[in-house]
Amino acid sequence: MSDAVIWPLLKRDALLLFRRRSETLAPLWFALIVATAFPLALGPEAAKLTRIAGGVAWVIFLLASLLSLDALFRSDVEDGSLDVMLASRRSLTLIVACKMLLNWLGTALPLLLLTPVIAYAYDLDQGALPVLLLSLLLGTPIICTFGALAAALTAHLRRGGVLLSLIVLPLTLPVLIFGAGAVEAVITGGSARQPLLFLAAGAVVTVAFGPWLVAETLKTG
Amino acid sequence: MHPLLLWFHRTGSPPEFYRLSGLFLPWMYALAALSGLPALYLGLFRTPADYLQGDSFRIIYIHVPSAWMSMFIFAFMAFAGAMALIWHVKIAEVIARAAAPIGAMFTAVTLITGSLWGRPTWGTYWVWDARLTSELVLLFLYFGVIALQQAIEDPRKAARAAAILALVGLVNLPVIHYSVEWWNTLHQGQSIRLFASDKSTIDSSMLAPLILMAFATKFWFAASLLARARVLVLEQESGKDWVRQMIRNEQGLAS
Repeated sequence: MSDAVIWPLLKRDALLLFRRRSETLAPLWFALIVATAFPLALGPEAAKLTRIAGGVAWVIFLLASLLSLDALFRSDVEDGSLDVMLASRRSLTLIVACKMLLNWLGTALPLLLLTPVIAYAYDLDQGALPVLLLSLLLGTPIICTFGALAAALTAHLRRGGVLLSLIVLPLTLPVLIFGAGAVEAVITGGSARQPLLFLAAGAVVTVAFGPWLVAETLKTG
Repeated sequence: MHPLLLWFHRTGSPPEFYRLSGLFLPWMYALAALSGLPALYLGLFRTPADYLQGDSFRIIYIHVPSAWMSMFIFAFMAFAGAMALIWHVKIAEVIARAAAPIGAMFTAVTLITGSLWGRPTWGTYWVWDARLTSELVLLFLYFGVIALQQAIEDPRKAARAAAILALVGLVNLPVIHYSVEWWNTLHQGQSIRLFASDKSTIDSSMLAPLILMAFATKFWFAASLLARARVLVLEQESGKDWVRQMIRNEQGLAS
C-alpha cells in the first residue's frame, strides 16, 4: 500500500481521528450513557438485564454508528477534496474503502472493546460473550457499509442528520435481528450457527461491493 | 437508429410523454372505475359472509390488493430508478419520483386495513407478526426514498440518489422479510395463518371480486402515476419552449 495518494490520505484521516479526540470519543461516551440508561429505565433485576444484554449492545452500536456518519464525506465535499480525488487518476473505490475502514476502526473497534464491560455490568452469560463479540465483529462492517452509503447519498446536503437514520435503520434491521438473535439463541440453549453464518455472508457481500457502490454514489452527487 | 430505440427515445422525451400521457390518463381512470366499482359491489354486497369471520372478512378486498401493490410499486420504482441511473432517461426519473408516494399510500392502507381487520379477528390492532413487521419496514423504506427525493434540490441528482436507495432497498427486501420471519419464530410469536389453509379452498364467489380489485388497483396506480408525472414534467420543464407554447395556446383558447 505504499501508494502516493492512498497512504497520505489514510494518514490524514487517522491524524484527524486523533486530533479531534472529542468527536472520536463521542460514540464511546454515547454508548456508556445509553448502557447506563437501560437499567435505570427497566430496573436493576439481574435476571432481566441478563436477558436483554445482547439486544442492548446491538441497539447501542446501531445508534452510536449514526453519530460519526454525518462527518464521513461532508468535509471532503465541502472543501473540494472530493473533486481532487475524482480528478486524481486513483480509483475512488479504493479511496472510499480506506475511509470506510478508518470509520470502522474509529467507531466499531472502541465499542467492541467496550462490549465486555457492558456484558459484565449486565451480567450476561459467560458462554454468550464470545458469540456477542463474534456477531458484532461480523455485523458491524455491514452497518458501517450501509452507513457510508447513507452518508454518500446525503453528502451534498447541508444537514443529513435525521435523513441518515431514516435511511440506515430500515436497511440494517436484519443485522440487528441476526446479531441479537445469535446471543438470544445461545442464552436459550440453542445454536447460534445460523444467524452467525447469515451475518458472515452479509459481511462478505457488503465489504466486497460496498466501497464500489458508495464511490459510485459519490460520483452521481 | 433501430426503430424500436427511436420510438423509445421519442416517447422518453418530455413533450411527447406529456402528450401521450394526456391521451392515456382518462382511459386509465375509466378502467379503474370499471373494474373497481363492480369489485366493491360484489365484494361488499353480493359475496356471502365468511362462516368463520362473518362480515369482517370483506376488508380483504381492499387489504390484499393494497398489499400486492405496496410491493409491486416498490419494485416498479426501483426498476424506473435503474433506467434513470443507466440511461439517464428523464421520464424514468420523473416516473420513479411519482411512484414513491403512491406506493407509500398503498403500504399505509395495507397496514391500516390490516389492523382494523385484526381487532375483531385477533382481538388486537397490532401484533409483531412477521408479515406486519415487514410491511412496516417497507413503509419506512418508502419514507426514506421520499425524504431523499425531497431533500436534494436538483431534481436530477435527487432522482439518482433516490434510485440508488430504492435499488439497495429492493435487494434488501427479501433479506428483511426472511430475517423478520426467523426473528418471529425465535420469539415464539403468534403465527395465526388464517389464509394458509384457505388459499386453495377460497370460494370462487369470494375470489372474483379480489381478482377484479387487483386489476382496479393497477389501473388506479397507472392513472395516479401519469397524473403526478405530468405535473412533475411541467414543473421541471417550466422554462422550456414547448411548455410556453402550450400555455400560450391554452390562454389563446381561453381569451
